[in-house]
Amino acid sequence: MFRGFFVKTISFVGYTVQYGCIAHCAFEHIGKFVSCSGPSMEPTITNHNVFFSERVSRHLCRIQKGDIVIAKSPFDPKMNICKRVIGLEGDKVCTSGPSDVFKTHTYVPRGHVCYGPIPYALIRGRVFLKVMRIQSHFLTYTLPQRPNHKLFEFELLPFYVVFFNESQTSSINDPFLILLLFEIANK
Amino acid sequence: MAQTGFGRRYFKAFVSGFFVAVPVTVTVLDRLAYVARVEGASMQPSLNPDGESSPDVVLLNRWSVRNYQVQRGDIVSVLSPKDPQQKIIKRVIGIEGDFIKTLGYKNRYVRVPDGHLWIEGDHHGHSFDSNTFGAVSLGLVHGRASHIIWPPSRWQRIKPSVSPERRPLLNWDGATEDGYDD
Repeated sequence: MFRGFFVKTISFVGYTVQYGCIAHCAFEHIGKFVSCSGPSMEPTITNHNVFFSERVSRHLCRIQKGDIVIAKSPFDPKMNICKRVIGLEGDKVCTSGPSDVFKTHTYVPRGHVCYGPIPYALIRGRVFLKVMRIQSHFLTYTLPQRPNHKLFEFELLPFYVVFFNESQTSSINDPFLILLLFEIANK
Repeated sequence: MAQTGFGRRYFKAFVSGFFVAVPVTVTVLDRLAYVARVEGASMQPSLNPDGESSPDVVLLNRWSVRNYQVQRGDIVSVLSPKDPQQKIIKRVIGIEGDFIKTLGYKNRYVRVPDGHLWIEGDHHGHSFDSNTFGAVSLGLVHGRASHIIWPPSRWQRIKPSVSPERRPLLNWDGATEDGYDD
């Protein structure tokens, strides 16, 4: 009798470990459902929207301009941020306001995408599907992806403009300048 | 008939074993620890003291950095901020809030920003480290090198250590260290 109990316990633990590992692999390497809070991505993503973030395109380095990504915050690795990619490595990004007389430009360093440049490796996943609850039915639809012709009208960073690949040189990688860009971006 | 039965049974066993082994292995490598070979001379003499002839293999502990707690002097593996496919292995010189005297960086003195690390190779001048690309975010930390496991003669635990001249100028247990006039 004890032997049967023992075998049952062992097999239960084994199945728990197995399904836990499968779940971990799915969440870490394929994608998962996340919920986003805060107004920074309105109107595309409003408060407490639930959406699916996939990790395959991050593993394959297929993040493009206009994608909405989930990334670890560079200043607090336990926090995740959800932003739209404005510029990729080598892009020239305007950091001054549209009304400023002097336009200041800065280049995105290699390996970084521009939200106040953050390293590509901090990106966790790409937002892929939004799940909406309408009259107790779940409805999924894809977010508007990669609107390349509307690069200048992003709700999040009105001060950012991208010029396509004018130069491949990278000139900044200073944490203080990154901090400065963050402050501009959060204004 | 017996042949197909055997084949089917064999196939079933293979599939079920596959679905156990692969996820468990991936999870262990992701969460607990994995091993990696150290390439290059940037960490001499701590790692790879003989150069390319006998590369060291280290155990990278991922469990101990799950909360992003890193000490000064630890050897950590970091996803390269320049190339997300590449991992680099360096020593932590400064944690957030430290004032560091840099070696060849554009600013002579740097305060490490919040949530960042200052990492350097032990082989100064032959290392692609924070003196080139600045402080790195804690979120890029991938694992902490805890043991050298190959070659067997060098089997040892890696203890955190910082050479005295590379200690931060401020924030080192509240004590200040200066006197390096130049």
